[in-house]
Amino acid sequence: MTLPEGVERRSFEGRERLATSGPPAYGEPVVDGWRLWDAGRSKLGAMLDGGFDTGLRGGETVLYLGAAAGTTVSHVADFAGPTYAVEFAARPMRDLLSVARDRENLFPLLTDARRPETYAHVVEPVDVVIQDVATRGQARVALENRRFLGTDGRLIAAIKARSEDATRDPAPVFEDAVAELETGYEVLETGRLEPSHADHLGVVARPEDGTF
Amino acid sequence: MTDGWFAGLEPGDTEAAAASIREGTAEEPADWPALAVQAGFAEDEASYYRLLRAATVAAASAAATERERADDRQLVHAVRVMDDCREAANGLAERVAEWGGSRDADAGAGLDYARELADSEPSDPVDRRVASLARRVVDLDEERERLRRFVERTAPEVAPNLTAMAGPVLAARLIALAGGLAALAKKPSGTVQVLGAEDALFAHLRGSAPSPKHGIIYTHEYVRGTAREQRGSAARALAGKLAIAARVDHYSGERKPELETELDARIGRIREREGGT
Ligand SMILES: C[S@@+](CC[C@H](N)C(=O)[O-])C[C@H]1O[C@@H](n2cnc3c(N)ncnc32)[C@H](O)[C@@H]1O
Repeated sequence: MTLPEGVERRSFEGRERLATSGPPAYGEPVVDGWRLWDAGRSKLGAMLDGGFDTGLRGGETVLYLGAAAGTTVSHVADFAGPTYAVEFAARPMRDLLSVARDRENLFPLLTDARRPETYAHVVEPVDVVIQDVATRGQARVALENRRFLGTDGRLIAAIKARSEDATRDPAPVFEDAVAELETGYEVLETGRLEPSHADHLGVVARPEDGTF
Repeated sequence: MTDGWFAGLEPGDTEAAAASIREGTAEEPADWPALAVQAGFAEDEASYYRLLRAATVAAASAAATERERADDRQLVHAVRVMDDCREAANGLAERVAEWGGSRDADAGAGLDYARELADSEPSDPVDRRVASLARRVVDLDEERERLRRFVERTAPEVAPNLTAMAGPVLAARLIALAGGLAALAKKPSGTVQVLGAEDALFAHLRGSAPSPKHGIIYTHEYVRGTAREQRGSAARALAGKLAIAARVDHYSGERKPELETELDARIGRIREREGGT
């Protein structure tokens, strides 16, 4: 599967790893200006590394939900266009702010991804919604944020089973989440993110036309 | 239609822009960059994004600071009540033991005895009162334990560097003694060193006692576990780093693990000295 422009496989200590080019953000190894993007620390990285057809080409406008300290979103901002990063915890926002200070196309928003009306006055319609919120109701979050996507838009989500129900088997939890997603999206691809991310499902989807 | 965040703003007024980012709402997104250029707010897209970034960074930073401020007050309440629960539980446990001892020569002492009694269901009306009192003691002790877990969860969020060095409970006590993280961040390290030793400090100022070498930081392994002759130096070194950690936590909030490494090395050198003397 082709990688988006701006994401390359580069050699780090003799191994081919994903990398993007931009200001260092969190102490990651850098070789010739290319920052190692560790698929073990990033679900989107694992999806790209694992050959998901994300539809990403590079240069997209992105809404990123659950940015945390900015590990993944720092790489996204390296290859994408305007990147809006939503995170609702104050502490990781501190680190995200220092990542944003070095990147002109990264816009941090301290707010709740379940309440898009609190940021729709700031965020423009985007090409891609990337979601990694690890909270209960992950399908709901994706449905709420569908309003930011045009018909050609993409949702790229990582669903964490334990966040929905820590006691149930992951497989049926994923089934339920995908079924709920399908009330507003056409699901194009799903796949487990093992071994790098246990009990996570990667999902690529596009808004279903006709509804809304 | 609804307005974008920039409606009615002067392009240079970052503070007002941040407020609008934080307080505004819209049901649906719109092509804000184009609309902003159309409205004359920005000359072109590039300058729109520059203004947007300044505004979102200012808004997120102010919101994060506000959130953390509110959290440090919760932490202060929690650690104070935690200490009150311990005192009350221990005090009442003593009463339980006294009362129980008057009824039963084999009565134990302290919280363990209260726990034992709390599980009993005596039929005698007096023993019932003692058992009931013992249950309050156990409840208080369980509440103290829940508060401790709350402090352990909250302290790393409020003050990550201070907590990494002092542990969550000591970090919370220091914040409480100072009256908040902002107040602690403004204290010189000499004051941090004697926080919690106010009585001894006033006695010293009245001329009736030597100056205290440490306050609550005495509970830290780096002071308590250092030989008596070097304890003053260890307390000074620890207080110095804790004061810096509190400042980093208050002003930037970023994690700085090198502070711990430096402290570890410094204490190592101080303790080596004791071997030499
Ligand atoms: C697994 S972490 C994300 C890691 C990040 N995507 C990365 O790879 O660097 C999940 C994050 O989502 C945030 N989160 C959870 N629920 C949220 C919500 N409703 N709105 C915004 N952020 C949320 C959490 O605070 C946490 O920082």
